[in-house]
Parts: sequence; structure tokens; C-alpha cells
Amino acid sequence: MGTFFIIASLALIAVILLQIGKITEIAGKLRGEEEMQMRSNAFHARFGMLFMIGFLVFVIVSFMYYKNSMLGYGPHTAASEHGVWIDGTFNVTMIVTGIVFFITHILLFWYAYKYRERTGHTATFYPHNNKLEMIWMGVPAIVMTFLVIGGLSVWNRTMKDIDEGMVIGEDYIEVEATGLQWQWILRHPGDDGELGERYYKNITGLNPLGQLWEDERNLDDIHPSELVLPVGVPVRVRIIARDVLHNFYLPHFRVKMDAVPGLPTYFVFTPTTTTDEYRQRLRDYPEWQQPIPDDEEGRQRWEAFEYELACAELCGQGHFSMKRIVKIVTPEEYSEWLAEQKSYYSTNIKGTEEDTSKEGVLSLETPTETEQEEVEIKDEELSKSI
Amino acid sequence: MANIDIIREEDLQHGHDDHHDDHHDDHHGGDKYQSGFISTYIFTTDHKTIAKQFLITGMFWAIIGALMSLVFRLQLGFPEENMLWLKPILGKWITVSDGVGTLAPTFYYALVTMHGTILVFFVLTAGLSGTFSNLLIPLQIGARDMASGFLNMLSYWFFFLAGAIMFASLFLSTGPFAGGWTAYPPLSALPQAMDGSGAGMTLWGVSLIFFVVSVLLGGMNYITTVLNLRTKGMTMWRLPLTIWAFLVTAILGLLSFPVLVSAIFLLIFDRSLGTSFFLSEIFIQGQALENVGGSPILYQHLFWFLGHPEVYIIIVPAFGIVSEVMSVHARKPIFGYKAMVLSILAIAILAFIVWAHHMFMSGVNPFIANIFVLFTLIIAVPSAVKVFNWIATLWGGNIRFNTAMLFSIGFVSLFISGGLTGIFLGNSAIDIQLHDTYFVVAHFHIVMGVAAFFGMYAGVYHWFPRMYGRFMNETLGKIHFWGTMIGAYAIFWPMHYLGMAGVPRRYYQFGNFDAFAHFTSMNKFITIAAVIVFALQIVMVINFFYSIFKGKKQTTLNPYDANTLEWTAPVNTGHGNWPGAIPHVHRWAYDYSKGGRNIPQTEPLGDGEQDMGNDHH
Repeated sequence: MGTFFIIASLALIAVILLQIGKITEIAGKLRGEEEMQMRSNAFHARFGMLFMIGFLVFVIVSFMYYKNSMLGYGPHTAASEHGVWIDGTFNVTMIVTGIVFFITHILLFWYAYKYRERTGHTATFYPHNNKLEMIWMGVPAIVMTFLVIGGLSVWNRTMKDIDEGMVIGEDYIEVEATGLQWQWILRHPGDDGELGERYYKNITGLNPLGQLWEDERNLDDIHPSELVLPVGVPVRVRIIARDVLHNFYLPHFRVKMDAVPGLPTYFVFTPTTTTDEYRQRLRDYPEWQQPIPDDEEGRQRWEAFEYELACAELCGQGHFSMKRIVKIVTPEEYSEWLAEQKSYYSTNIKGTEEDTSKEGVLSLETPTETEQEEVEIKDEELSKSI
Repeated sequence: MANIDIIREEDLQHGHDDHHDDHHDDHHGGDKYQSGFISTYIFTTDHKTIAKQFLITGMFWAIIGALMSLVFRLQLGFPEENMLWLKPILGKWITVSDGVGTLAPTFYYALVTMHGTILVFFVLTAGLSGTFSNLLIPLQIGARDMASGFLNMLSYWFFFLAGAIMFASLFLSTGPFAGGWTAYPPLSALPQAMDGSGAGMTLWGVSLIFFVVSVLLGGMNYITTVLNLRTKGMTMWRLPLTIWAFLVTAILGLLSFPVLVSAIFLLIFDRSLGTSFFLSEIFIQGQALENVGGSPILYQHLFWFLGHPEVYIIIVPAFGIVSEVMSVHARKPIFGYKAMVLSILAIAILAFIVWAHHMFMSGVNPFIANIFVLFTLIIAVPSAVKVFNWIATLWGGNIRFNTAMLFSIGFVSLFISGGLTGIFLGNSAIDIQLHDTYFVVAHFHIVMGVAAFFGMYAGVYHWFPRMYGRFMNETLGKIHFWGTMIGAYAIFWPMHYLGMAGVPRRYYQFGNFDAFAHFTSMNKFITIAAVIVFALQIVMVINFFYSIFKGKKQTTLNPYDANTLEWTAPVNTGHGNWPGAIPHVHRWAYDYSKGGRNIPQTEPLGDGEQDMGNDHH
């Protein structure tokens, strides 16, 4: 019924508009075309000014209203070192473009109004002014030059890879994120700080990343369910995909990089704000003080805030659901967390058919029947979940 | 040049009388050689009829593309809403559970993909350049028709064929292609990655190959005609800006569209012939594929090598139309005609060296951003020059506010808004954050989906009498303008905020992420605005078709007191445009309010009078 009423009302409005059209044509014939045109000019020139004022006010008011939801404003200062540089570049650009936006819009609608056609008024034959052209070519060129230099300086600093002098596992942490339809598999290098070798043809249900267990560095690698990192330590994320393009996106850290099958990419960043610190920032804002509906502990929104990892490249029907939580903790908490983690090898691979590590091959015991069955069931379950 | 020789022959035989009745040399005399419905309306070679074919087909596709956007906007604005009522139309793509209908995510992505493909290619390329290049080039340069009426006719019918194939793909059981209008592999190369990447992708690719044939046939014609068939006295520097725009657009198309075809061919090879241009080390659906050595990034380079010039192919005709309409209705020369021409040329050249700004986060070597950011921000300079020149055209004018003029003014506002956000996105550091968010969606919609459309509307309203000998209703036109102006900003301005909040594009719903889930009222607002704006476009469509038959008749030859040649041919003129000899031209197109009157191009210069406004100081 609702649909019927909507369509009927729209049809009625269409008929009304057509009648308005017809009536104004007749009125035009009665009043005289010229007078109709002059009235129309006056109306639309004035309405243009009204629109301009309304539009510019709307732009300012809506920006102020939504400001604290936008990254880089309110509580949302970037949680990474380079993120702050990006936000700065954004703000400079906004000021420059904002000035141009306001001036050009005011001139556009004001001239349209001031130079509207009316009786007794004529146009001025003013075809060109080369000096003016030079000025309004030169000024934008100079402004753009500053934006280019500033922006590229931030870009080059942000995108460069880890310095050769830095030691993995000590001066920086390397982790890996693999995108697949439709989840992220995270890999942490464990105590040795190094990620082991992998090869896509080794991927099985039990070995979702195709890790080569012969490579000892793989034996302590962890597949954590959350990305846990210590504050203040540079992180190099190795980013790769298993099937189609994905994109590793950490909005609060201003981190984004495509995950390409067959072509590992990277992003280096240093988290500067722990999850707890970010929560304390949010605490001061009314929309974050709202209670969470159906929360057992009766928490407010800020208390349950978590950094999130999302996918930012269309990867099929589950693109919008590839989520992992990211936690930035103090160095002590990070060491504690790391100590609690068990390597993927020890919990899923060791002693199974998949175990191609030196020890695994050496200890060529024939698995018992129960062990064999267990491995086969696991394999089936894992294959189904891929 | 061939045509000038023929004209000199005419002059030799019949003297300089421009209005001499001249059937001997005029082998397109009237409609006598074109008999029958089919050769007049279906397989016509008359550029004016072909223009109408492009326009009406474009309108058909615009309605379909817009309806698709309403469905996916409904999903985004009202995700909890029962969509069962759409089941009679969308069939199995609405899944039902407990009596509640939900849009299938794969079909959501199919709608988004088709919306982009249809609007970018069928509406804003074919519907915009196809219509106005065809309508105006021969009439404004003083030619009987295009260089080849036959190839022109084929250009339309290849477009029709492309459309028919794309339309058929909508009804496949595995669904139409759903991997985004950009069709990145491996998603588009592997049928097992997504249902729509099966038959849907094949038809998409074939359709676009035919579409490119249409564009190339058209483009060759436009370039040849403009370079070779200008009437006597019509030097390049006397061409109206519309012609410059259409010429440059055609050159852009000729040089860039073939690269898209190569990308599609390589994609087809990867899909069907076992090659690995774009594929390497893939494990999907439990299977490790044998393909090694290819790179998805290669596809992106090939695609965007077309993709970037494509957006200029869309906007440059609008530049030309707006410049023309503005100068006629402001009664002033377009300010800085030469600067306007040079800026179109600069934009066109730069358009070829900025493509990788679509790829900053794709995994390319970060070094290349240094080159592409530089050129991308440089391209802002000629664009800014154009905006300032349009504003200066209004200054000192005597502006007649009809619908076409309103759309032209609206175009400038939208081009400013959309163009300025391009400066954020073109700066790679900022793009790290804004890439693939709603900020990008806001930018390209304002600049293509609204500004270019406004250029198209300005052209339709302005040249409607040239096409049909009648006027569209002005009141409805003005309601259409203001409603769309306000409504389009209502739809797309909030999307900037969504992007700045980090909300990614191409998400079926936002509920999985706390960071993106709290903009429900904004999304509702956008959806409601979209429904209203769509309804307003239907008003325009009704106005258009009604006015073809019942619109106010054009009673004077030159209703706007314009200077260009298209207004010297009779109302509803037949194939061949001028029944007598083609008029000759003695001055540029912009002597408006010169010495108190508007001087058409056909009037010779007075004693001591200079052309191109050079005697103004």
C-alpha cells in the first residue's frame, strides 16, 4: 500500500508540474514575452544569491556539526607518527581550497545577480585581458607548487622502507597480513623477530599461508586473532593477498596499501597512541559517552573502542566484512602478550602429516590410527572454511 | 582543402550570392534521395538524426543507471528495511527469510558496477559527445554533414549493439558483472572469485569492445570533418569553443580508448586462453592456480591510461557547451577565447600523463608518485583559468536567465566544488587516507555525475529548437534546474564527511565496523535526496518528449540572437542543412554587444574593424 501511495503521489506531482508548465506558457502569451523574461531574470538572479548564501552557510554548519566524527579532528588525532603529517597536509589543502571555494562562489553568484538582464541595461564588450590571464594562471601555479612540494615531502618520508641500519626484531617489528576472501590472516614472527618463507602452492587447509616448515624461522611464527603491537616501535607490515586484490586499511593510523597476490607490498608506521589512551580522548565527547545498547557490562561507547583493520579494495561479495581488531599496548603488555602466544607450528602442525620441518621429518614415526584420523578431520574442517 | 575548392567552383558558377538556389552541386538536396522510414529514422546518415539517436539512447541508459543507484542507495540508507516489494522485478536477487526481503550482496555489487559502467560510458561519453558532436560540428563549421555519413551511422549502431549486449548481461543467471566498473583482475579474471565474473564479465568485455568501436568511428569522423570541411573563412581560430572541445575530445578518445581494448583483450586471454598477464601465485577455492609471473598492476596501468583521459572526454564537451551557452545568454564574448582554447589543449595533453594518480596505493613503487602528483596538480592550473574566465564572462554581461544559462552557471559551481576536492586526492600523501573512501565518490560524482550532466542539460535545453523546431517548457526547466542543483549537493556534499571519517567505498553495509557504523542518519538523508532528485529528472524527460510534439514552436530563425552558423540554417532543416549554398564566415563567433549589437559570423568585417575582439582596449 505504501508503495502505491508513493507512486500515486509522484504521478500526481508530475501532472501538477505539467499543468504549471502549461499555465506559465499561457501567462507568457498574455503578459508579453519580454516582461516575463525580465521577471524571470529578476527572480532567478535573486534566488541565485539566496542559494549561494544558503549553500555556503550549509557548508560551514554541516562541517562544524560533523567535525568531531572526522579523522584528524576532535578526538581523532592520528594514532601514528606519519598520520599527523598527513592530517597537517590535509588541513593546509583545506584552507587553500576553502578560500578559493568561497571567493569563486561569491563572485559567481554575485556577478550573475549584478549583471542580470533588465530594461535599460546593456553588456560591456570585454573579450580578453592577457595580463589578468597571466595573474590567474601564475597564482594557482605558485600555490600548487607549494602543495606539491609539501605533499611529496610527506609522501616520501612516509612511504620509504625501513632503513638498512635497523635491526629486525629490535629496532622494528615486522608482521604480515594476508588478505583472502573474506578475512585477514595475521602473522607475527614470534621471538626470533623474522617471518618464515612461504609458497602459495604449499597452501592447504592446515597451512593457510603455505608456510615452508623447513625454514626454521616459521617454527615460532604466530597466527594471532588480533594485531597486537607496542606503542612507539616502528612496524613494517608485509601485505599480501591469496586470491584477489584486497587492501590493508587502518583508518585511525592513516595506513592503507593494496594487497596483491604474487606481489608483496609493505607499509611502515609507528603507532603513537595506545588503545587505552585513545579511549581516554574519546571519553570527553558526548557521542562517545552514549551507553552501548545491550551491553552486559553497561559500558559507554568509549570504553569499548577498538582500532579496526578493514579491507579497502573490492574483493567480492564479502568485501565489507573483513575485520580484525588492532590493539596498541605498552611495551610491558606487549611482552606479556607475546609470552602467552603459542606458535602456529606447535599447535597445528607439529607431528602431523604437514610437518615438513627438519625435526618433523627426522622423527618419522608412523602416526597412530587416532592421530591419523584427527589430522584428516582437521584437514577437512579447515578446507571447508577456506 | 577539398571543400574550399568546391565552394570556389560554386562561386565561379554562381557568383557570391550566398542564398542562390543551388541543386546542382548539392547532392544532398532536401530529403529527395532519402526515402522511406528506415533510411530516414533508423539507418540514417544525417548527423542531426544520429545526434537524436545518441541522445535518446543516452536518456534511456541514464534512467536505467539511475534506477540502479536508487536500489543500492536504498540498501545503504535503509539496510533493515524489507525489500520484498522489489522481488517481482529483481527476482532471485532479493533473498527472503521470515518474510523479510534482503538484497543479495553479489547483486548489490552488480548494481554498483553496472551503474558506473552505464553512466560513464553509455551516458556521459556516447550520450554527451555523441549527441553534441554530431549535432553541432557540421552546423557550426558550415558543412553539409560529417565527412562520412555511413561511418557515422555505424558509430551509432555499434553503440546500440554494445548497449544491447550489456542489457542482456543483466538477465544472466550468474548475474551481470559485479567487480566494479574498473574491473580489476584477479577478481574480474577468475569466475570462481565472484559469480558475476563468469558469463557476466565476458559480456561486459564484449559490450565495451563494441562500444570502443563506436567511439573510434565517431571520433575519426569528428576530427576529419573539423579539419577538412570547414566553410570558407572558418579558420581554426574562428571556431566556436564547442567545436574546439569536440575536436580535442575526439583526439583524446582516439588515443586512449584502444588501450582499454588491449586491457580487455589481455583479460579475455587470461580468462579463456590460460595466459598470465595479470595473474600470479593465486590460491582460490581450495586450488592453487598455475599462473605465475603476471601482475594485476599491469591491468591498472592499461585501464587508467584510458580511465583518466576518459574523465576529460566526459568533461571537455561540457566545457565547450557551457562556454557557448554562457556567451550567448550573457551577451558577451566568452572571456579570454584564446586562453580557453589553450587551456583545453593543455588539459588534454596533461590528461595523458596523470593516470597513475588512481594507483598511488596499488603497490607501485612509491617513487612514481613524485611524477604523477606533480602533473596532477599542474592540471589544476588550466582548469582554474577556465573557471576564472567563465566568471569573467558573467562580469559586465546582460544576463538572460533561461534554463540553459542556469545550468551553465550551476556547472561552474559544481566544477569548482568537484575540482577542488581533486586537489586533495591528487596529493598522494592525502590519498593514503582518502583512497577508496567516500571522499573519492563525492569528488567524481560532483564533477562527472553532476557538473558534466549539467553541461549536457544546458546543451539539451539550448539546442532543443535546433533539433526539433520547438522549445522545451521553460518553467519546468527552471524547476528541474533548481531542484537538481540543491538536491545534487544534498546527495554528494555529505559524502565528503563520510570519506573524511574514513568510511570505505563499495561497502554493502557498514555495520561490521564500529568506525563506520554511526552515520545512519546521514546515509538516510542521502538516499532520500537521491529519490527526490531522480523524480525531478523524470520531469525533465516528460518535458523533453512532450515538447517534441507540443512545445512552443520556433518562429524565428535565430531565437537567441546568437552569432554561430547553426542558427543560419532553416528550422527543421533536412539533410544537407542549408538548402542553398553554405554561408561563408568573416569573423569569430563572439562579437556580442559589439558597438551595441550582436554581429553574426557571416557578416563581413567593417572598415578598420578587427577580428577576435582585438580592437578592444
